[in-house]
Amino acid sequence: MKRKLSQLLGFFFLTICMVLTMAFLGIFLYSIFSQGWEVLSLRFLLEAPREGMTAGGIFPALVGTFWLTLLAVLIALPLGLLCSIYLFSYARKGPFLSLLKITINTLAGVPSIIFGLFGMALFVNMLSLDVSLISGALTLAVLSLPIVINASQEAFSGVPRDFIEAAYALGATKRQMITKVLIPTAAPNILTSAILVVGRVAGETAPIIFTAATFFNRRLPKSLGDEVMALPYHIFALMTEGTHPEAQVPIAYGSAVVLLMLVLLISSLALIIRYSLRKKRQW
Amino acid sequence: MVKLQAQNLNLYFGKNHVLKDVNLDIQDKKITAMIGPSGCGKSTLLRTFNRMNDLIPDVKISGSVRLGENDIYAGKMDLYKLRAKIGMVFQKPNPFPKSIFKNVSFGLDIAGKHQKCEIADIVEESLKAVWLWDEVKNRLHCSAMSLSGGQQQRLCIARALANEPEVLLLDEPTSALDPQSTARIEELCLALKDRVSILIVTHNIAQAGRIADFTAFMYLGEMIEYAPTTKMFTVPQDKRTEAYLTGAFG
Ligand SMILES: Nc1ncnc2c1ncn2[C@@H]1O[C@H](COP(=O)(O)OP(=O)(O)OP(=O)(O)O)[C@@H](O)[C@H]1O
Ligand SMILES: [Mg+2]
Repeated sequence: MKRKLSQLLGFFFLTICMVLTMAFLGIFLYSIFSQGWEVLSLRFLLEAPREGMTAGGIFPALVGTFWLTLLAVLIALPLGLLCSIYLFSYARKGPFLSLLKITINTLAGVPSIIFGLFGMALFVNMLSLDVSLISGALTLAVLSLPIVINASQEAFSGVPRDFIEAAYALGATKRQMITKVLIPTAAPNILTSAILVVGRVAGETAPIIFTAATFFNRRLPKSLGDEVMALPYHIFALMTEGTHPEAQVPIAYGSAVVLLMLVLLISSLALIIRYSLRKKRQW
Repeated sequence: MVKLQAQNLNLYFGKNHVLKDVNLDIQDKKITAMIGPSGCGKSTLLRTFNRMNDLIPDVKISGSVRLGENDIYAGKMDLYKLRAKIGMVFQKPNPFPKSIFKNVSFGLDIAGKHQKCEIADIVEESLKAVWLWDEVKNRLHCSAMSLSGGQQQRLCIARALANEPEVLLLDEPTSALDPQSTARIEELCLALKDRVSILIVTHNIAQAGRIADFTAFMYLGEMIEYAPTTKMFTVPQDKRTEAYLTGAFG
């Protein structure tokens, strides 16, 4: 009887927690969507802002975010993967390796605005890349590097030891083991985390404030040296620097809806891929 | 003829003295079984023969192991060729998550010495040698993971055979299998001993009795007794061997 009661209480408590969480999510989505919904249209997506940002769309910001994200991931993924391979199969156990791992985990926890400052100091000023697409992409790449490294470390640890031993026992060198067994087996998990990194990078604002983003640019970026508009920064700019809030706040919410949908789309893509690969996986 | 010879072999994992002065002569084209209680060092000894222990940090090995005339721990030994020449099959079937064909051709692919058409022939021949060909010839490019446990283990043997090994090391190859698949692997060992020397670790004393020409009994890292199987099973020389064979400990 007592057991039944405590079970019932536990169940009740869990249900409350779940309902609360869902409610927060619902309210959150509703408040964003309800305020941004009316400005959404195909033209909103495909037009540049007009009339001092009080009308028009967000096309340059979408394009900017696309390039920033693509470049950042293209830089961070190979670099992070190589670091991860080094850590997993070449680094010798010892104080140096522990230090490396601590460093990476610390980097993963650094607030993104600090990456922004770092990017400004290194890429914008020291390397004279100026406020540009490439400075922003590099900064975002640095930010995602520890995430990529940790995710691929996890993917590599998930490869059964049996496969690695089987490869060596057949005469594989370390390099062959890595390229023919370790990476192919870990690839699905690495792919999913790469997609999640895309979602994360697309939404980052702080790292690009000082390194890449501009408030308004009618032109699309033509080269790596151009300043770009970006969706998250566009929202930030409209809400803080706008002079006509009655027209600009809905645009900001509209942009937020677009950004949110993009990130949701990317995450669900990752989920779908992970799910379908899990189902196929048989070890 | 002696194929594989361990002399005064000592092995330490850190401070743990795992193999103690082991001497063993494995005869060519015979089946040799290694038995002994859990943790006595059977797997470790097996893995010194293809230098798989080299992968473990902190391992120290002294003494010598010869494959034919060559000391496999000598500096000039090509580790990767050695491992290809000495096939190994593990306790749990561990085919790669690749196609059946790619599993068998793995060793050939990485050695890079064969033409594509030759590889297909060797794959077919290896699968035939383990009696798997008829069961899989219509789905060579399906995942190896779709095979049953027993088939997977035979695939792993085929994968090792494709390298044309001189010795086959089997570490409890049937302990994860059902009785029928086990019987099949035992038959297979008997059929294969014309082409390779086989060294098999087993916990199943009856299995050693059924297939092994020679049996080695290990206890706490020492090689206690090594003799023709029939001799050891009828008149064990050492009291510990007798106790183990009669199931007094294990
Ligand atoms: N990778 C390793 N690192 C450190 N010690 C190890 C390692 N592998 C085995 N050992 C130790 O070596 C000893 C012998 O182990 P081994 O696996 O060779 O025994 P075994 O006879 O094969 O036992 P089982 O019948 O249970 O497989 C054990 O004490 C074990 O703890
Ligand atoms: Mg063992």
